[in-house]
Amino acid sequence: MDSEKIDTHSEKNKASGNKIIQALRSDSRLLWTILALAIILFVNLLISPTFFNIRLVNGRLVGSLINVLDSSAPYALLAIGMTLVIATKGIDLSVGAVMAICAAVSVVLINNFEAGATAFYYQPIFVIFITIVVGAICGLWNGILVAILDLQPIIATLILMVAGRGVAQLITGGQSPTFTNETLAFIGRGVLFGVPFPIYIAITVLILVMLLVRRSALGLLIESVGVNDRASYYAGVRASMIKLFVYVISGICAAIAGMIVAGEVRSADPHTAGLFSELDAILAVVIGGTSLFGGRFYLGLSVMGVLIIQSLLAGLYVSDLHPTTNLVIKAIVVLAVLLLQSPEFRRYIAQPFRRLA
Amino acid sequence: MKSRFIPLLMTFLVFIAMYAFAYSRFDSFGTMRIVGNLLRDNAYWGIAAVGMTLVIVSGGIDLSVGSVIAFTGVFCALMIGRNGWHPLVTFAVILSIGTIFGATMGYLIHYFKIPAFIATLSGLFLARGMAYVLSTDSIRIDHPFYEWVADLVYVFPDRGRFTFAAAAFLIILVIGIFVAHYTRFGRNVYALGGNPQAALLLGVPVARTTIYVYALSSFLATFAGIVLSLSKRSGDSSIGVGLELDVIAAVVIGGTLLTGGSGYVIGTFIAVMVLGTIRTYLTLDGSLSPWWIKIVIGILLFAFIALQKFLSTRHGMFGKNQAVEAAKT
Repeated sequence: MDSEKIDTHSEKNKASGNKIIQALRSDSRLLWTILALAIILFVNLLISPTFFNIRLVNGRLVGSLINVLDSSAPYALLAIGMTLVIATKGIDLSVGAVMAICAAVSVVLINNFEAGATAFYYQPIFVIFITIVVGAICGLWNGILVAILDLQPIIATLILMVAGRGVAQLITGGQSPTFTNETLAFIGRGVLFGVPFPIYIAITVLILVMLLVRRSALGLLIESVGVNDRASYYAGVRASMIKLFVYVISGICAAIAGMIVAGEVRSADPHTAGLFSELDAILAVVIGGTSLFGGRFYLGLSVMGVLIIQSLLAGLYVSDLHPTTNLVIKAIVVLAVLLLQSPEFRRYIAQPFRRLA
Repeated sequence: MKSRFIPLLMTFLVFIAMYAFAYSRFDSFGTMRIVGNLLRDNAYWGIAAVGMTLVIVSGGIDLSVGSVIAFTGVFCALMIGRNGWHPLVTFAVILSIGTIFGATMGYLIHYFKIPAFIATLSGLFLARGMAYVLSTDSIRIDHPFYEWVADLVYVFPDRGRFTFAAAAFLIILVIGIFVAHYTRFGRNVYALGGNPQAALLLGVPVARTTIYVYALSSFLATFAGIVLSLSKRSGDSSIGVGLELDVIAAVVIGGTLLTGGSGYVIGTFIAVMVLGTIRTYLTLDGSLSPWWIKIVIGILLFAFIALQKFLSTRHGMFGKNQAVEAAKT
């Protein structure tokens, strides 16, 4: 990417004043991602003039924007974990299945509590703790396969992705159990100071992880492992520990996301909980500008990638388009965003302008 | 014995062991009825798996196959069932659409450097979305041609049926093996997956090979959709959700390396049969819950990946692939 920048500079000297070339050739990820989000929000506003309206109903803020943030929360959590994994040149395909497992674990445990089980580990607060530990164990399994057995991340996590839903069904006995416990439901549908609780969770996790990786050397180590794990190892970085760590974080994020989804609908459906969410999370990370080949990562932009996808869905929801067209439009917009970010594509588009200059 | 054949041999041994176990529990596994059904029921995703094998050997991945199968089914049902097109015309049109679809993905992957995972993921959404746009209902197909194809069946003495779908599967398999090992295109695919840089320097047409391999995969997925349409005689836009995972799992269990450059189409075929045998066994044995299939596939995946890893560290057999990994960054 450095050569790209130098290129841009020399170009600036040659054809100064030609803003189009510079914009198309510059590699600012922030610019392109914010531009994409702004365009989608603007189109939403055109479709539905009330899109930005927020009202206070029964002590709860109501409005499309709040809905976007609320539905983004579980995906944002997944994207945060996924960003760290992808930064180490890995990928975690299992997060959707881990969500299903964790939703199943939490609901089965909480139902024991509701049924009158008195052991301390059936207390709601412990159920939440146990669920997070289960998520961490799932992440640890992936981490061991990738870091210790040195398997390719895409297949290592494919194992849990395939088997995970089976495990979730095993835990629930093939059913989709419902629950009435308020504490667990609060995670998914609670309201605090008028704002849905999942938004707080997502923001808290984002800030915690950002502090963890950016206020310590951890973020740098993750990037160095992603660029070249062997070189990092020779330079004294415990590359396998770093990898293990990011998969555990991803598992924990998936566990919390699983509880949010379970809380939202007050049940755990092993078939549909988190279905395809790994794909959406990976998409969000890529839209946010983190390369699938590891290295530099952008936590904030990944979350913005989630917001792009969710704003798009919200826009489709308020539009007059038939819901069956959602997937097609999603595919086209995602492709457009990806092409916008591809330096090769921008160069291709810039060619005619360059000839003019 | 060359060490590169060991994963293939292991897949074959697992298949023999699975089948022998199933036979020991249910005598019907010894009849042509079950054999015919195994080929018929697994034909459609087996055909897609042949294409996936080549894509993975080339160092890529194609997540769109399940959606393409669904889109094909709905398109055929709509055009034949509602619009009254002749099936053969419909097949020609949909095969062209599928091939162009795959070629476009290949183009994006090669020229705009969009990772294969992401480009084919967009393909997954697009094809599934188009299927929903065409129709969300299941559409029946009643056409003399479909009945004629359904009657194309060889009946064994024990009333086992060797159907059109089974024949199509075996023909595609033979063509797949031929293309992979005996054509210039096939050798280019292996070279590309083994080491893209070296392939480029040696004059392998990287752009053309990449585009062709994705076009081929989508073509075969479309063909798989046609085979499914012919045997189910209906089109349903929600069919094959998550099928790409089964297909990728079969390719890996069949001994193909996900890093590319090494693998056999015949291994994929055996793996498809392994998964098919497990499924048939679980159906016959009603006492086991359906979710065990997923767990068993997961365990098999783990076993095979661990085996490949073990072999590669022992012989340095796949050592070159680590170099490729480094080169890809």
